[in-house]
Amino acid sequence: MSRSLKKGPFIAYKLERKVLAMNETTKKSVIKTWARASVISPDFVGHTIAVHNGNKFIPVYVTENMVGHKLGEFAPTRTFRGHAGNKR
Amino acid sequence: MARIVGVDIPNNKRGEIALTYIYGIGRSLSQSILAQAGVDKNLKVQEWNDDQFAAIRTVIGDNYKVEGELRSETQMNIKRLMDIGCYRGIRHRIGLPLRGQSTKNNARTRKGKRKTVANKKKATK
Repeated sequence: MSRSLKKGPFIAYKLERKVLAMNETTKKSVIKTWARASVISPDFVGHTIAVHNGNKFIPVYVTENMVGHKLGEFAPTRTFRGHAGNKR
Repeated sequence: MARIVGVDIPNNKRGEIALTYIYGIGRSLSQSILAQAGVDKNLKVQEWNDDQFAAIRTVIGDNYKVEGELRSETQMNIKRLMDIGCYRGIRHRIGLPLRGQSTKNNARTRKGKRKTVANKKKATK
């Protein structure tokens, strides 16, 4: 079920505040975040955000196509190296 | 035999059913197209006259994406997901289900025919 329109998309408040501050000063630095559930808003485009995957931070460079997706979609939490005997 | 939007040749069936032979048109869309074109949905394709054909063609052409156009749109959407490297895109790439289904068993639609692994060791007591 989709989220209520009244509330709008969920964008982590602290993250949004940091990104907007960076947009104002036109400075670019990597922001670390644990907010995997946060939706990528159009303000984020062009920034690099380090998204936690439970182990370490995965740098995600945000492009225009990613708007509307969530940050966690770009930082996989599982590694699958293939089955035994599956020669690569 | 009649042709509508390119290659599709629905035949001696009721209009409502015949239109569903076109990729992108199901029963409900077929009914609404015939209603918009002012053709009785129970009329067979061979009983349509040229005016009715023209009306149906314009309704489909103006309002709906079907066949090649629709297929390419779907492909573009999948390609977009793969290009941005999101979870769904990765799952598309490796051919596994996208929506969190279990893959321990089943999931054969996405995984394809079973690939038997030779010499899979049985657990010894």
